[in-house]
Amino acid sequence: MRKKTKFIIFFCLALILFPSASVRAERTTYTYTYDYWRVERESPDAYKAVETITGSKLGIGDFSNPQGLYVRGNRIYVCDTGNHRIIVLERDGYNNVQVIDQISEFKGDVENNTLSQPHDIFVTETGEYYIADTNNQRVLHLSSDAQLIKVINRPVDQTVDEASDFLPTKLVVDKAGRCFVLARNYNKGFLQYDREGEFIGYMGASEVRFNFTDYIWKLLSTQKQKSQMAQFVPTEYNNVAMDKDGFLYATNSVFEEHMLRSDEAKPIRKLNSMGTDILVKNAELPPIGDVWWDNAGGVSGSSRLIDITVLDNDIYYAIDRTRGRIFGYDDQGNLLYAFGSIGNKLGYLQFPTAIDHMDNDLIVLDSRNIGITFFTPTEYGKLINDAIMAYSVGQYELSADYWREVLRLNGNYDMAYVGIGRALLRQEKYKEAMEYFEFALDDINYSKAFQLYRKEWIEDNIIWIFTSFFLIITVPIVIGKVKKIRREVAEAE
Amino acid sequence: MKALTSRLISDTKKNKLRHLGTTLRYSLYVITHPFDGFWDLTHEKRGSLGAANVIIVAALLTNILKLQFSSFLFVKVIWEFTNLLEIVLGFLAPIVIGCLANWGLTTLFDGKGTMKDVYMAIGYSLTPYVLIQIPMIFISNLITVQEGSLYIFLHYLSVLWCGALIISAAMMIHDYALSKTLLTLIATVVGMMVIIFMLLLFFTLVSDAIAYFISLYKEISFRFY
Repeated sequence: MRKKTKFIIFFCLALILFPSASVRAERTTYTYTYDYWRVERESPDAYKAVETITGSKLGIGDFSNPQGLYVRGNRIYVCDTGNHRIIVLERDGYNNVQVIDQISEFKGDVENNTLSQPHDIFVTETGEYYIADTNNQRVLHLSSDAQLIKVINRPVDQTVDEASDFLPTKLVVDKAGRCFVLARNYNKGFLQYDREGEFIGYMGASEVRFNFTDYIWKLLSTQKQKSQMAQFVPTEYNNVAMDKDGFLYATNSVFEEHMLRSDEAKPIRKLNSMGTDILVKNAELPPIGDVWWDNAGGVSGSSRLIDITVLDNDIYYAIDRTRGRIFGYDDQGNLLYAFGSIGNKLGYLQFPTAIDHMDNDLIVLDSRNIGITFFTPTEYGKLINDAIMAYSVGQYELSADYWREVLRLNGNYDMAYVGIGRALLRQEKYKEAMEYFEFALDDINYSKAFQLYRKEWIEDNIIWIFTSFFLIITVPIVIGKVKKIRREVAEAE
Repeated sequence: MKALTSRLISDTKKNKLRHLGTTLRYSLYVITHPFDGFWDLTHEKRGSLGAANVIIVAALLTNILKLQFSSFLFVKVIWEFTNLLEIVLGFLAPIVIGCLANWGLTTLFDGKGTMKDVYMAIGYSLTPYVLIQIPMIFISNLITVQEGSLYIFLHYLSVLWCGALIISAAMMIHDYALSKTLLTLIATVVGMMVIIFMLLLFFTLVSDAIAYFISLYKEISFRFY
C-alpha cells in the first residue's frame, strides 16, 4: 500500500517537473509531397491562408458565380460574372483590400454598352482592359478609363458554323498586342487575333486522340453509320496564363485517367509561339496533380486542373477542382508541394474557378464560397522558393544553404537532398554528393557523382593498382623460377 | 578402445565432409556439361543431397545479400515493406512445391527420377545463379547507371542459364525427350498452381471449422454463464 502511494506521489512530481503539454500550431492547410515511391509524405505548410474576402465584406454585395481573376501589380481584377461587372481591388500591405472601381458598362460606339456574363479579364502593362464579354459574344478592348478601343468578334472561318454561338471564356494578351482567346466549342486551340483585332488563325491545337477500337469500328462502318458516330475531335483547353517571357501555360481536363501517368494526357502545357508544348518534365512523373485518386468523401477520380499561374521564378501553380488542391511545380516539373482541400474552413476551397499570384502570394477565386482567398508563403515555402531562385541564377552554394534549412523543417523532402548534392558536386565533393543523391534515390545524378569519384579514386591509387597487378603477375612467375632452380640444384647435388 | 572409436567417428565426419566437398565441386562440372553431368548426378551417384541443400541455401542468401548490399542504382528496396520471412518463404516454397508437382506428374508419365533426384536437380541447377549473382553485388557498386547494361546482361545470363539447366536436368533424370520435358515442365507449373490453390482452400476451410467450434463454445458458455 505504501509503495503504491509513494509511486503515485512520485508520478505526480514527475508530471509537475516535466510538463508534457504539447504545443501544436493550428494546421491551416493540408500539405504533402510525394517521395520516390510515390508515397504521400506529410510536409510542413508551404502556404498558409491569410484571409477570405467576400463581396459583402467589401461592401459591394456578394459576388455571383465569379469566373475570372487577374492580378497586375497590387491590383486584383475579379470578373463577377453573375452580376455582369468587373471589380477592381487594391491590396496594400498584408491584408488590407479595398474596392477601387467597378466596371459594368463602358463608353464607346457600339449597340450594347454593358457587360453580360464576363468570364475573364486581362490587363496590359499600360492599364488597358481586355474583357471576355461572353454572353455578348465578343471580346472588348477598353482603355484604362473604360473607353472602347476595339471589339474582337467571332473569327472569320469557313469551318465554323455561322449559327453557333461564339462564347469567349478565357484570354491573354502578349506584349505585342496579340490576343489569345479560348472560346467554348472551338477545339482548334487558341484563337489568335492581331493588334487590330483581326483573326490570324488558330494556335496550339492538341493532337486528336482516338480509341483504337473506335478507329477499327469506323473503318468497318458505312458512311451513314459514320455520320451518326461521335467525331474524333481534339480536346479543348479550359484555362490559360502567361508567364513573364510570354509563353502560354494552358490547362485541360478532358482525358482518360489512364493517360495521365504515361504523359499522354498532358493536363498542363507550355506553348511557344508555334503552339508546341515545351513544358520541361524532368521529374519521375509528369505534372498531373495527384498521383493516387482514392475514393473518399464523395470525391473520386483524377485531379482536374482548371487554372494555372506562373510566378516570375518559373514556379507554376495549378489548381485542382476535384479535391480543391493547389499543386506547385518548379521549372523542371518537380512537385514542390500540394496543399488545400475541399471544405468550409479558411484555406479550404469549394469550387475554385481561378488562381493568380501577387509576387509570391497566391490568390484563389472560388465561385461557391464566392470569395477570394489569399495564400502567403510560410517560412518553409519561402525557403524552397529562395533555394530554387538561387540555383536558377547560378548561386549554387547559397541554394544548398537554403536547402539545408528546408531539410531542417522537412527531412522527407527529396528535392532538398538533390539540391544539396548538386551543389556539392559542383564543389567537387563527390563522396558527399553521392550520399545526398542516394537519400533521394536519384540514379542519374548519383551516377554523375560516382563516375567522377571513381575517376578520382583511380587517379589517386594508380600506383597501388599497378603495383598489385604487377605483383599478381610477376610473383607466381618468380616463385616458379625459384622452385625450378632449387629443384635443379637439388638434382645436381 | 575409446580413442579408436573417437578416431573412427572423426574419420567418418571427415569422410562426410570430403564427400560433400567433392559433390559440391561436381556442381561446376554439371553446369558446364549439363547432359552428361545430370545423368551422372543421379545414375552414378556423383551428387549429394547435402550439396543441393548448400546450393539452395547459398542462393537464398544471395537473394538476401543482394537486397542489402547491391547499389541502389539497380536494386531499390523499400525497407519499410520488406519482410525477411516473406523473402525466405517466397524462395523456398516454390522449390518444395515444384519438387512435389514435378515428381507427382513424372511418376505418372514414366519419369525415372525420384523425389530426391528432382530436388537435387533443382539444387544443382541453381549453381550459376549463385556464381553470377554474388560477384554482381560487387560489380553493381562499381558501375554507373549508364553502364547498367552489363548488370542487366549478367542478370539475364544467370537466369537463362538456370532455366537451361533445369530443362536439361528434367530430360536426364526422367529420361525424357525434349518435347516431353517441356510439356511436363509446363504441366508442373500448372500443378504448382493447383497445389497452392488446394493449400489455400485447406487453410480457409480449417479456419472456418475452427471459427465454427469457437463460436459453438462461446454460444454454450453464454448459455451457462
